[in-house]
Amino acid sequence: MAADAFVNIEHVTFGYDQQRVILSDVSLRFERGKVTAIMGGSGSGKTTLLRLIGGVYRPQQGRITFDGQPVDPADREGLYRLRRRLGMLFQFGALFTDLTVFENVAFPLREHTNLPESMIRDIVLMKLNAVGLRGAARLRIAEVSGGMARRIALARAIVLDPELIMFDEPFAGLDPISMGVTMNLVRRLNDATGATSLVVSHDVNECFEICDYAYLIAGGRIVGAGTPDELKATDDPEVRQFIRGEMDGPVKFHYPAQPVAEELGVSA
Amino acid sequence: MTPAQALQPIGARTLEVLRSLGRNAFFFAELLKHVPSALYRFYLVVAQIHKIGNYSIVIIAASGLAVGFVLALQMYYALVKYGADESLGLIVNLALVRELGPVVTALLFAGRAGTSLTAEIGLMKAGEQLAAMEMMAIDPRSRVLAPRFVGGIVSMPILAVLFSTIGILGAYVVAVLLIGVDAGSFWSIMQSGVDVFKDVGNGIVKSLMFGIACTFVALYQGFEAKATPEGVAQATTRTVVISSLAVLTLDFLLTALMFSTE
Amino acid sequence: MTRKNIEILVGLFVLVGALCVVFLALQAANLASFKVGRSYTLTASFDNVGGLKVRAPVRSAGVTVGRVADIALDTKTFQGVVSMEIEQRFVFPRDTSAKILTAGLLGDQYVGLEPGGDDKNLAQGDAIRLTQSAVVLENLIGQFLYNKAAEGPPPNAKK
Repeated sequence: MAADAFVNIEHVTFGYDQQRVILSDVSLRFERGKVTAIMGGSGSGKTTLLRLIGGVYRPQQGRITFDGQPVDPADREGLYRLRRRLGMLFQFGALFTDLTVFENVAFPLREHTNLPESMIRDIVLMKLNAVGLRGAARLRIAEVSGGMARRIALARAIVLDPELIMFDEPFAGLDPISMGVTMNLVRRLNDATGATSLVVSHDVNECFEICDYAYLIAGGRIVGAGTPDELKATDDPEVRQFIRGEMDGPVKFHYPAQPVAEELGVSA
Repeated sequence: MTPAQALQPIGARTLEVLRSLGRNAFFFAELLKHVPSALYRFYLVVAQIHKIGNYSIVIIAASGLAVGFVLALQMYYALVKYGADESLGLIVNLALVRELGPVVTALLFAGRAGTSLTAEIGLMKAGEQLAAMEMMAIDPRSRVLAPRFVGGIVSMPILAVLFSTIGILGAYVVAVLLIGVDAGSFWSIMQSGVDVFKDVGNGIVKSLMFGIACTFVALYQGFEAKATPEGVAQATTRTVVISSLAVLTLDFLLTALMFSTE
Repeated sequence: MTRKNIEILVGLFVLVGALCVVFLALQAANLASFKVGRSYTLTASFDNVGGLKVRAPVRSAGVTVGRVADIALDTKTFQGVVSMEIEQRFVFPRDTSAKILTAGLLGDQYVGLEPGGDDKNLAQGDAIRLTQSAVVLENLIGQFLYNKAAEGPPPNAKK
């Protein structure tokens, strides 16, 4: 593998409290300029990884580096400087409902820069144009649809031209057209800006179409890693079950219960 | 069950209560810490004063008028038996300025502005808006919580004073124009009996304290609400209940402190 | 709503609040009678100050000329020492007397000054010599009963 990892997660173990360990000894690397997918079932720890990279929590063990710098939640100054270099697209957009579309996208510019209003206007309209929503700039958030909301959130995430873009379930619940639009945007933006993209998702086909490398997480461990072609060809039963969407395999179909005969009182 | 076993749930509950108090204290300290940065971005505070204060004017004014009317009527019936009906203005004024103004305004505030704040913060948290702000390297406590805190503290005394004023004017209408109490005595006995610093001033201090309490409770409940519809609904209910209890308790303490040396 | 409009409305809100405070202070309370003029201090000692309170008015011929500033106990003479702030424009002769009177039958108590005829006037820090204490109701009743008892039984009462 090439040497240049923009974000490096090394032997990280993390749990929200003592009993529940979400991630145990996971190591991932996200290469500069590439789209990397993190896939897994619900509750596997995918979103937690994003939060760890963003410095919201601190791992119990291991360390995370961002462009060579360690991610340390205790160092508020350093953390905020780091966060200005990343953009995050939340699952449902997380737009500010009391502002208009324009104001939402302009928000990071107004907070972090001293640019004059005319320049802010130009940048915001350009970013909205990149996601195809320049005409919607004056709308209120209550007036936009779910798919539009996510695109607006994407425009907001890239308004400061971040070096790392994180996508939390960008394809979940979208109709085919919106899905196609989103996939396209993720790939094109990544290539056009040279940013590093992390896509957290469980939509296997969509991820494989746009990513360069993928990790599969289950039960707090990495169970598979490789390019889309490598993963499609793998023999590992866990990976195969996930990628092919098989009903039964290492992840059982039946929730643990007594044998049927016993429960229904039928003699064998 | 052994005594130790019976006591255990009580002990656990007590610890829970202490822990909750601790969280409250931390949250309050955090709010105070971020007040300077909120004042620095004063336009945010102004927007909040508008949402909290201006939108409460109607209910406060209407309630003040109603309370003024009723007070005048009730006190008149009581005072006229002793031939002291000319002191009606004084009684109504003292009742309003010392107690009813600050307290009733605070209770209405908790119901109207408090629940609105709680729901807003709760929903913002549920919709990941606060997390998104954090990820954008903007502290939601400075940008969202502290301006609302300052806005509430500034709005409350103004609303309380408005309540008292309208109440007195309402009482004047009932007493002088409807019942026929002498206008001159109404005002002059009132003026000689009400002290600016002791009565009006203390009333304003009270409403400031109530403002701090109600706004803090509303923000805390919103922030700690569970991210579900039921969670937000429970949080708004708690805001009203806890704010009301806090206001009444504080009122007792402050009244004892301020007016006992009579 | 534009930012400018919001600011105007909030300004109005604060203005309304300020007006209410002014109303309460002037029209509904005793601020108007505070008269921030220059004043000088006089003291007077009483055997009993009764229910006199600080900030009670000091009146002469019914006109308010000042306020009671402080009430203290003189530990040597065990009299109540009342300090009063009198407005500069009112001067009283040295032999003025001070009484503690009640406004109306059951009203608040105040200090009444009755001027004498001396040429010289009271100055800052002077003490009023002639004082009459407050009327204490219990003493009055006691006195009445004593007088009644001293009168003896009515003339045509059978023994």
